[in-house]
Amino acid sequence: MGMTMSEKILAHAAGLAQVEAGQIVMAKVDKAMMDDLLGPRVEIAEQMERMGAKIWDANKVVIISDHYTPPANAAQADIVKFTREWAKEKGIENYYEYIGPCHQIMIEKGHALPGEVIVGTDSHSCSYGAVGSFATGIGSTEMLGVLMMGEIWLKVPETIRVEWSGKLNAGVMAKDISLRTIKQIGHAGATYQTVEYVGSGISALPMDERICIANMAVEMGAKAGLMEYDEETAAYLRSIGVEKEFTRISSDPDAKYSSVLQFDASTLVPQIACPHEVDNVFDVTDVKSKIDQAYVGSCTGGRYTDLKMAAQILKGHKVASGVRLLVSPASSAVYERCLREGILGDLAAAGAIILPATCGACLGLHSGTIGEGEVCISSTNRNFIGRMGSKKSFVYLGSPAAAAASAITGQITDPREFL
Amino acid sequence: MSIIEGKVWKYGDNINTDIISPAIYMERSVAEAAKYTMSPIDETFGTEYKPGDIFVAERNLGSGSSRETAPLVLKELGVKTIVAKSYARIFYRNCINVGILTIECAETDKIHKDDVISIDYEKGIIINKTRGEQYAAQPIPPHIAKLVNLGGLIPYLENWQKEHADK
Repeated sequence: MGMTMSEKILAHAAGLAQVEAGQIVMAKVDKAMMDDLLGPRVEIAEQMERMGAKIWDANKVVIISDHYTPPANAAQADIVKFTREWAKEKGIENYYEYIGPCHQIMIEKGHALPGEVIVGTDSHSCSYGAVGSFATGIGSTEMLGVLMMGEIWLKVPETIRVEWSGKLNAGVMAKDISLRTIKQIGHAGATYQTVEYVGSGISALPMDERICIANMAVEMGAKAGLMEYDEETAAYLRSIGVEKEFTRISSDPDAKYSSVLQFDASTLVPQIACPHEVDNVFDVTDVKSKIDQAYVGSCTGGRYTDLKMAAQILKGHKVASGVRLLVSPASSAVYERCLREGILGDLAAAGAIILPATCGACLGLHSGTIGEGEVCISSTNRNFIGRMGSKKSFVYLGSPAAAAASAITGQITDPREFL
Repeated sequence: MSIIEGKVWKYGDNINTDIISPAIYMERSVAEAAKYTMSPIDETFGTEYKPGDIFVAERNLGSGSSRETAPLVLKELGVKTIVAKSYARIFYRNCINVGILTIECAETDKIHKDDVISIDYEKGIIINKTRGEQYAAQPIPPHIAKLVNLGGLIPYLENWQKEHADK
């Protein structure tokens, strides 16, 4: 019986020759990632101290303060301080802060590698599936168990295979592939499952766009979002200094799927997820709303390709009067590259406000929260009620291109009008 | 003792963890944040919930963020049992890990706020005393029942730590 990518990775992690969906395995964990929001300060530090427990392998632990950086108040500053000091006390050398959302940092710093099992205290840890890691979000107490034992029980997930053929047209982005898939599968349609993204429409994408798609697998309830290791993966890993070659892991031809879905990227138009659910998705041409804010940023939509596209749309235009466009690069490295290539200058010239790399506004913590009755189009991953601020505000999710186009007109706008 | 009885707080589909535990309150202590549990859609829950009341929802409960503060604020208020048609994966695991019993029942649309229900979770039967109805609940899988009976993941880890402390 053939195996899916998930089954292969989990079989290896469990020390078994063969596993199948539904089976419960104890999987060895290759990396454990914690953030400031849900890391040491929630249960972990206190319980570990109380039990006198030790971390199984500090070299496999990565801690990234990103949600509360830069802190908006003393309470947030204390959480970051606590996280930093705990990492130091526990001898965790892979500690980062202020340089951007954890998922971008995990990938960019080479902590997420093909074939690894990775768990993180943030639900978008499934992002690492873009480089071929079986990665999933877990709670803080669950993380405590991983830190002590170095392993975790997992039910081997079934797999939904999503095949995207064809090439995206100008102005259509990975985010649109992501939203269109979520529309089809539904916000709970992949619960407990892996969503495996394959096909020419995926392999044509640069790594930074692929991450946007794997990132949102959890918005369908999925445990993981996986992509095959290919030449682009190898080239990307080389570019960040990972010299090792990895085995190409792909699903066997006779692997068993819970379903197989097919999409054509060449006919896809920009997609918008309307309030207050991520699967409430429409073609941009069918969505009408004024906006108060446009946001380009986060672990979903703040990478190099995203900012470059936003700048291309905005070139020669100005952000509409009464509207603000906020741009938060997904990492300091993305910031620096966009600065060097003139992208940040173009964005600023159009009236964009450039923020540091942070999770901030995506979940309404700081740096761009919205007020009662306000509407934001955002390249982030969730449009839940109150997500970016007031419980009486409205978030529309779209690509960075759609956010930039909407900033010019003050209405939700098809980015293809500006190409 | 496998019978739980209590008054119902009832919610619908897709109650995500941003609703249960809004991010803006997460920088506060769990005790303080608990006052704002469910506040985006129900401002009374955080202040009027009484320990022993049963939290009932419909499909896809706990979707979204992995934040364990969602089950932690519920636990802080005294929630010991949740009944829903289905759960999002991480929230379900988090509830079990912090010691909240999560029961699956396909008929929660028939249960309303303030109904009094009685749950026999070993037999998988829910009786709605207010409406004189009976519903079937899913039995709890053995590997999860083991954790629930221990009281969550912490007691399991305490045992593990005792066994491994000298190694």
